[in-house]
Amino acid sequence: MSNNVHTGGDHAARAERFNRDEARVDWHDKTLWFVREKRDRAARALPEWENLREAASQIKNDVLANLHEYLLQFERNALLNGISVHWAETPAEHNKIVKDIISAQGVSRIVKSKSMLTEECGLNEFLASNGIDVVDTDLGERIVQLAGEAPSHIVLPCIHWKKEEIGELFHQHLGTPKGNADPILLTEAAREHLREKFLSSKVAITGVNFAVADTGEFVVCTNEGNADLGVQLADIHIACMGIEKIIPKRKDLAIFLRLLARSATGQPITTYSSHFRKPRRDQQVHIILVDNGRSERLASNDFRNALKCIRCAACFNTCPVYRRSGGHSYHTAIAGPIGSILAPGLDMKKFADLPFASTLCGSCTNVCPVKINIHEQLYTWRQLLTTKGFATSTKATGMKAMAAVLGSTSKYNRAGKLFRWLMRVAPFLINNKLNPWYKQREMPKPPAESFKEWYKRTRSK
Amino acid sequence: MTSRERILSRVKQHQTGVKVEPTEVTPTANCDAVQQFKETLISIGGQVLDINDESEIFPALLKVFPSFENLNTAIPSLGNAFEADPHSFASLQVAVIRGEFGVAENGAVWLTDKGMGDRVVPFICENLVLILPASAIVPTMHHAYDRIDRADYHFGTFIAGPSKTADIEQSLVLGAHGAKTMTVLIIK
Repeated sequence: MSNNVHTGGDHAARAERFNRDEARVDWHDKTLWFVREKRDRAARALPEWENLREAASQIKNDVLANLHEYLLQFERNALLNGISVHWAETPAEHNKIVKDIISAQGVSRIVKSKSMLTEECGLNEFLASNGIDVVDTDLGERIVQLAGEAPSHIVLPCIHWKKEEIGELFHQHLGTPKGNADPILLTEAAREHLREKFLSSKVAITGVNFAVADTGEFVVCTNEGNADLGVQLADIHIACMGIEKIIPKRKDLAIFLRLLARSATGQPITTYSSHFRKPRRDQQVHIILVDNGRSERLASNDFRNALKCIRCAACFNTCPVYRRSGGHSYHTAIAGPIGSILAPGLDMKKFADLPFASTLCGSCTNVCPVKINIHEQLYTWRQLLTTKGFATSTKATGMKAMAAVLGSTSKYNRAGKLFRWLMRVAPFLINNKLNPWYKQREMPKPPAESFKEWYKRTRSK
Repeated sequence: MTSRERILSRVKQHQTGVKVEPTEVTPTANCDAVQQFKETLISIGGQVLDINDESEIFPALLKVFPSFENLNTAIPSLGNAFEADPHSFASLQVAVIRGEFGVAENGAVWLTDKGMGDRVVPFICENLVLILPASAIVPTMHHAYDRIDRADYHFGTFIAGPSKTADIEQSLVLGAHGAKTMTVLIIK
């Protein structure tokens, strides 16, 4: 599955290509901001919103501080409920566990509802290479799957697709009438198409929104009902989760379910919030607990907080960079601000560009329902990546030069004088392609004198 | 050492072990929970009918589905499981299920496997009807989980309105993979 913006390069290169279609970027930006506004309305309607955020943050802090005990408690209770519990250190291990469960059934076609964890593990590709066809049943995910793309947003997978384009895609793959872009008709076509998959699938894979330690149950939230329909028609339910998705008590769900959908889409709750506790009499339930670097991250005072994430994407919707560069610019399963502080933990070299894809405005931290200090982690990553030599050379040299100039009064004065003189006599030396600040911007008019010079002239007696 | 052992050992080694007592949340409860429930449910695409007692259930169903008697329907009674294979419900047009309680702040109804007949019924039907006593409507999710408490359900779900999606350019469409319509009959 390709992670597009018309292929490679770092975030800046991909974002540059994404921005060539200015009208489209404006549309993408507005659409996501609209989702942010819905979140704001929902949040403001609850006087206790900040109280909820603080409580959720503290519960998650407690979970991370005592994760060992909570994991054991969850496992114990899940096993008592009749759920099979598996542990996977790596994506490869996770994928193999899933494949083995499926192969034991002798099936080659399965359904899957939204799970960012399975995206992180590259599950679909792995299963495909092993002759197992996975149908993503969330409508947005099915659209990008048919198009051969990765999702660009963790809650709204095809937010970057226009309805005319979806209409054309469905015409090709589902036989809907050419030129029809009516959302109702297209959704109905998808309903029929996917219903056949639900009815014929013996194995259903879901994600896990919350795994409850004190009752050994787990909760899956959807608006479409695709997770539930898939599971209730299957002989095997495989639920995939990162180890950080645990919450201590069933009653904690009140806080998280009040926060999740409001933060994600501005709804008071998703249509379905299903609590899976004990398997159907005729069904096996498997849950796979995946580490993939989480237990390492737990040791870091700087980056541990990112593990509190409940995958609501509120940070995506508010981020000016995400809104104007799109999810595929991040070339990773989870994009946006949270993705930019998670991905470098997996591969510092490959994702060194992401923490720099930010204005550090802090809006992400402001909307995060569990109070992750995203913008602070973005900054800390920048420092770490630069000291480790992963920052781009232009940036590294540029920072060194700036440090030299700003660190010396005489150098600073001389540099300022030179710049003002050049802008007056030979502006083309500065206003050209080599100046990154000149891209899409006019340079400011050079003042006649510096502040220091003005002050000396007017204030000294 | 197994993966499990390695993961647990790393977690134990790296966690801070600090005990955190999370703050309490004081939910603001709307004084008229039933009214808030109705308004919220309608705003999320559901329908509401008020009835006076059990005897009015069937007439209400006929009102919503005039051809009810000719439709493919399922009306599970509490505690009795359907024997059939879940796939046999593929053409189910109307399911009528008793909800355990409703939540005013989000229009959701809590139901468990006890009342579903088969767990697939509430999701596979084209139209879902849930029956609730007005006295079983609580203000917020905090009240909801207080009410659920340590209940030993095998499967439970909150259902808030009909299934929906906005994946096609943010246009809200009611009726994705689950029920296309959702009606709650509130018994006074």
